[in-house]
Amino acid sequence: MRITNKRIFLVASLIVLIFPFIFDSAYTLSIATFAGINCLSAMGLCILMGYAGQASLGQAGFYGIGAYVSAILSLNYGFPVVFSTLIGCVVSALAAVLLAIPALRLKGHYLAVATLGFGEIIHVVLNEWGPGGPSGFGDIPKFYLFGYVFNTPLSYYFLIWAVVMTLMAFSLNLINSRFGRALRSMHDSETASSAMGVDVPSLKIKAFVLSAVYAATAGAFYAHYVTFISPSSFSLFQSVLVLMMVVVGGITNLWGAVVGAIMITLLPEALREFKEYDILVYGLILILSLLFFNKGLVPIILERLQKGHRA
Amino acid sequence: MSLEIRDITKTFGGLVALEDISFDIPSGLIKALIGPNGAGKTTLLNIISGIYPPDKGSVTYRGRPVHGLSPSEIARLGISRTFQHVELFGNMTVLENIMVGRHVRTKAGLIACGLRLPSARKEEAEIRRQSEEVLHYIGLSHRRDEKASSLPIGEERILEIGRALATEPTLLLLDEPASGLNEAETIELSKFIKRLRDERSLTILLVEHDMRLVMDISDEIVVLDFGKMIAEGSPEEIQNNKLVIDAYLGEDDQ
Amino acid sequence: MSVFLQFLFSGLTIGAVYAMVGLGFNIIYNATSIINLAQGEFVVIGGLLMWFFSESLRLPFLLSIVLAITFTGLIGLLMERLTIRPIKKKDLLLMIMITIAVSIVLRGILMFKFGKDPYNYSPFTEGDPINIYGAYIQQQTLWVIGITTLCIILMYLFFNKTMLGKAMKACAVDPTAARIAGINVERMVMISFVMSAMMGAVAGIAVTPITLMEYDRGPMLAVKGFCAAIMGGLGRGRGSVIGGFIIGILESMTAGYIHSGAKDAVALIIMLVILFFRPAGIFGSKTIIDLRRF
Repeated sequence: MRITNKRIFLVASLIVLIFPFIFDSAYTLSIATFAGINCLSAMGLCILMGYAGQASLGQAGFYGIGAYVSAILSLNYGFPVVFSTLIGCVVSALAAVLLAIPALRLKGHYLAVATLGFGEIIHVVLNEWGPGGPSGFGDIPKFYLFGYVFNTPLSYYFLIWAVVMTLMAFSLNLINSRFGRALRSMHDSETASSAMGVDVPSLKIKAFVLSAVYAATAGAFYAHYVTFISPSSFSLFQSVLVLMMVVVGGITNLWGAVVGAIMITLLPEALREFKEYDILVYGLILILSLLFFNKGLVPIILERLQKGHRA
Repeated sequence: MSLEIRDITKTFGGLVALEDISFDIPSGLIKALIGPNGAGKTTLLNIISGIYPPDKGSVTYRGRPVHGLSPSEIARLGISRTFQHVELFGNMTVLENIMVGRHVRTKAGLIACGLRLPSARKEEAEIRRQSEEVLHYIGLSHRRDEKASSLPIGEERILEIGRALATEPTLLLLDEPASGLNEAETIELSKFIKRLRDERSLTILLVEHDMRLVMDISDEIVVLDFGKMIAEGSPEEIQNNKLVIDAYLGEDDQ
Repeated sequence: MSVFLQFLFSGLTIGAVYAMVGLGFNIIYNATSIINLAQGEFVVIGGLLMWFFSESLRLPFLLSIVLAITFTGLIGLLMERLTIRPIKKKDLLLMIMITIAVSIVLRGILMFKFGKDPYNYSPFTEGDPINIYGAYIQQQTLWVIGITTLCIILMYLFFNKTMLGKAMKACAVDPTAARIAGINVERMVMISFVMSAMMGAVAGIAVTPITLMEYDRGPMLAVKGFCAAIMGGLGRGRGSVIGGFIIGILESMTAGYIHSGAKDAVALIIMLVILFFRPAGIFGSKTIIDLRRF
């Protein structure tokens, strides 16, 4: 039985559909919803880092822009939530372009730190000039579509995972297309890639914008789910968390990003006993993954399965 | 006249890599660029393919000035190349490497690819078909789904040429394609390059150290030494040119 | 005028810390081309350990200083041994993430041991603040500036006048060539981490009586120290020192005259501006950046 993306997609869709009927408490559904939100961020970062090969430590910045823009527009200006979410994505995309144009000329360390700086600046801006300042604000409208309000755990679960699977399909299409090949070629050799006609600077910017839009979408859905947001959710730690999801699950594999997102979302639950250790455990997991599971869990598992199949 | 190079000069922070280089490459010929190590051959290739601009001088291709254009623009104009140290896309399969070569002649963008629009799907099928053709032409069909980094050096070099062919070039720049090949592989390469000139009417600029290969297949030869042109002519003329012989004294014999 | 001087000295104080962190960055970068994003944690560890030895264990002042610096140096050593050396392929992204992960682990341990409270201990010399043109400058401030200046001079001498220092610089530019020349690259890397950690500890020990120290000060210090290092051109000690002081003063002025909340953004904006327009830094040279193996 060959492992193809289509098959994995079908199995995943099946799991998504069946899950809430087995684990139907509001609590588990809420965790599953957060996992979905995190999947969106992780997929975006995976495309940027795993496929395009560009470092980013500033995902939280785009996440925050998506959340705040959508929340403010829908709460204070009465925008329908769908529109405010879209505008949040657009603003995030613009910020990404503004950041990318100068930043993508930088290499390696410099790029990573530039994105880190960007994320931190957004955090400071939200802290100083966001509604409610450091304490944040609430009463954010819930998500609604054609008059139907998503205010039950089950409905939001399906909403978020519908978005995740849709974006996953989009992403898979992208990776296995002319666009995706151009990205991957750029990762392996920028020189050769541009010699084959790939417009490398433009492609880098597109990859950046893509990851920013994914993160903004996650941010908006987050805001309309928890209905109360504050700058502390959009700090460097959040960026590192998304990084961890991608690293642990598999930098170069979209499904890895999903697995990593789910695992990292579950982590605080598993650590509930050890509240004082939680930062420590995060750090240790990250270090161990980097030292030993260099490629991430999913690619390693896939490799084992392929080898077994060939034998 | 395919490629015209006039007065190309390039310095790197005080080091003069090229000085007043001028020559032509007539269409449909194999022109070799030779010279001792450090003579500036790869630098010239990099200037022609757009990796960096010359400080002075011009490169004109089929009447169009191309110096200063980006590598991707130059690829669009029909100039493609291979690299001294093989620059394959190691993490992609052999077929995918060729398919990237089709990038310059295709256009499905982000949205079309992500949504798998009919136009993108049609183009993708064409890309696959044409890439398979190129793969067959270079004789690597049996390696189709293997990772490019797993190939032996001889096949790597052939694959790199195949990838360049996929861009439908009219001028092909080959940077030391025989480097790392044994005698048998070099002879195969030699025949292959001649086929490219004869069957596909390609113009070829060949940078090479292997003198037997150079003398065997070149129509014309240009010789560089320390960034300056010291000779230009047919293989016979170059072989008997005193300046050329002097330049190579002290170099390892090939 | 006195207000201005007040801000100036407060800026110099914090600027001194940034300068030291920047120097720490440079030391490791000079030997390994790695940017150690856990650099800020060494400062915090130094300060908190000093409290532990002098206040909690009630050990004599000088002994506490020596112990705090030594222990922090050991932590630097451990970090290098456990997380840097095992990596065969020094992939850039991997290195960045590892140093981030280490900073998280260190922070976790600190939080566990010391909790989230701020810690303090008595300044090096007791006494009234010194009056300079109407500005009241704590004596500790002068200690901070003085110690920092001393360290800077020592670093300069080390890297430019001693064989060991020059050997360390050689390693970053080309470790293979350095190895051929007989330099023990692995040992240089280890020494660079230890020195860098101790330097951070010195800064933390000196500044805690003024600003207090909490477990999570690290990342901000690291980012701003990196700004300082970048301003001067990565790898050039003098530049990062000047950069550190400039950032500190600008921060202080911004907080005082413009808007206190925005002060954190100052360093970040400066850093981005420099990265985007002059990555070699104000004092650096573009060619060196291009030639540096990354």
